[in-house]
Amino acid sequence: MTTAVLLPLDLSRVPRVDAVGVEERAAALAKRSIKKSAKLAGIRLAISMIDLTTLEGKDSAGKVEQMCRKARQPLPGDPTVGPVAAVCVYPNLVGVAKRALAGSTVRVASVATGFPAGLVPLDLKLEETRRAVAAGADEIDMVIDRGAFLAGDHAAVHDEIARVKAACGPAHLKVILETGELATYDHVRRASWLAMQAGADFIKTSTGKIQPAATPPVVLVMLEAIRDFYFETGRRIGMKPAGGVRTTKQALHLLVLVKETLGDAWLSPDLFRLGASTLTNDLLMQLVKEATGAYQSEDYFSKD
Amino acid sequence: MAGGQAHSAARPETMTTLEIRKTYKMYVGGAFVRSESGRSEAALDRRGQHLANVCRGSRKDVRDAVLQARAAQGKWAGASGYLRGQILYRMAEMLEGRSEPMAALLRRTSGATPARARREVRTAIDRIVHYAGWADKYPALLSSVNPVASAYFDFSLPEPTGVVGVVVPEAPGLLGLVSDVLPVIVSGNTAVVLVSERDPLPALEWAEVLATSDLPGGVVNLLSGHREELVPHLARHMDVNALSLAGLSPELDRMARQDAAVNVKRTPRIAATDATAPAAQGLHRIRAFVEIKTTWHPVGW
Repeated sequence: MTTAVLLPLDLSRVPRVDAVGVEERAAALAKRSIKKSAKLAGIRLAISMIDLTTLEGKDSAGKVEQMCRKARQPLPGDPTVGPVAAVCVYPNLVGVAKRALAGSTVRVASVATGFPAGLVPLDLKLEETRRAVAAGADEIDMVIDRGAFLAGDHAAVHDEIARVKAACGPAHLKVILETGELATYDHVRRASWLAMQAGADFIKTSTGKIQPAATPPVVLVMLEAIRDFYFETGRRIGMKPAGGVRTTKQALHLLVLVKETLGDAWLSPDLFRLGASTLTNDLLMQLVKEATGAYQSEDYFSKD
Repeated sequence: MAGGQAHSAARPETMTTLEIRKTYKMYVGGAFVRSESGRSEAALDRRGQHLANVCRGSRKDVRDAVLQARAAQGKWAGASGYLRGQILYRMAEMLEGRSEPMAALLRRTSGATPARARREVRTAIDRIVHYAGWADKYPALLSSVNPVASAYFDFSLPEPTGVVGVVVPEAPGLLGLVSDVLPVIVSGNTAVVLVSERDPLPALEWAEVLATSDLPGGVVNLLSGHREELVPHLARHMDVNALSLAGLSPELDRMARQDAAVNVKRTPRIAATDATAPAAQGLHRIRAFVEIKTTWHPVGW
């Protein structure tokens, strides 16, 4: 467990982002050709980093239980694949997930603080967080108040994160910036810094409800913020791209970005996660394709 | 198509014009694409003269084409039979409008006489119209209300099989292709087509008809290349639901059917009839690529 770092809350110290440069670098790092054994290793690593997610109004106990079975053993018949890092659900389903995952290493993450908009009173946000943790959540994915952030009320956002962090107790806190609503890379960079300073254990791109979400340039901007924060404070903050990562190729690209920006220390489920629902099947299909030589069909992989 | 004449027309005393040679590309997902592999090879006429360069498709082109076919399948199958018929009819209209250049191309690639080339185009247009007519009628003939000895209303309906890999005959270049692709797509299947290896140009020319005929992108995908290289990937692909095989060596045909068993693809044995014969078209060709779904609906409860 980590605590907030006491630096002056002065976002004018945060450097500006060169948009052209960051887009070019992210695109250049996508060109790397990863094949055969390196690809297999990358796929297995990516599977171990997945936060298997369902955040729909129609979620049921049955769906969450099925997802938890998939989290324990993503590829039926091959226990060497997986398990994934965590499952991510709404607070009401934390208990179901916790029971379904008993005895496994898979952690339970819960969204909280009025996900996805975050526009509910602070005391409700804190109560929701406490209840999710009490129900057994190991990790809390909170959303920031984007309206306040864009209005320049950085102190309010900072305090909110710090108080949610305190309400988490032993649970890890992931702070969702919802980059699709922050409009510029400068905002993303500042919001990343703000969240890390307020006590985030992870920073996360998006809720998955807004497009664009985890685009490679946005991920790179956040990774660079994590790197600078590490140099300044010695604390390792985790990163979680979520939303819009659907293919193996995209996932491997993100792993390249992490390796090139933060190094091998971050290539672990402790410091890097992939929030995904459809990505898992593509990773599994690629894994089976490499083993059998035949292109695979979604018809033969479970939907959730 | 007037390449030969263009050369002779470029005499010094006339105004010099550069001949614009056509690049024949493959047709995937409604777009004209080069092979992912970057490979190309020469298409020759019957006398071995160079006609044009064509793409030599690769394993990954098969992969991309199946993705496009799969993406297009739901919407195409969901369109009404009437609409599919209208679109196929428009395909015939578009081929009619291009019948002269198509006949000229067939003469150059296969060495057919002008009359024979025109007849092939004519028959191909008729065949498209034939299947356009079937689009909203075949369900009535393939459906049934089944007598059962219990309190159920029991009926059967045809549904498209899904994504179909179509390996067309080596010849005739246009008519063989049309005869095998149309009965597959009329019922709502989408097709990944390996065009004639020996004579690919008519098929790639036909792609321009498809592109202007309201046919949604991805319903017909045309790949050129070597069958020995591409057929195994198509046959083993788990997201392909059926194969229509023609023009393969007995050995390759046997291997394809064996590979197809991996996900129990349908591999109907379509009698190798002369594409110009009346038996080359009809309801039996449509029936080969539909699944009959039977519903037991309780009554009197």
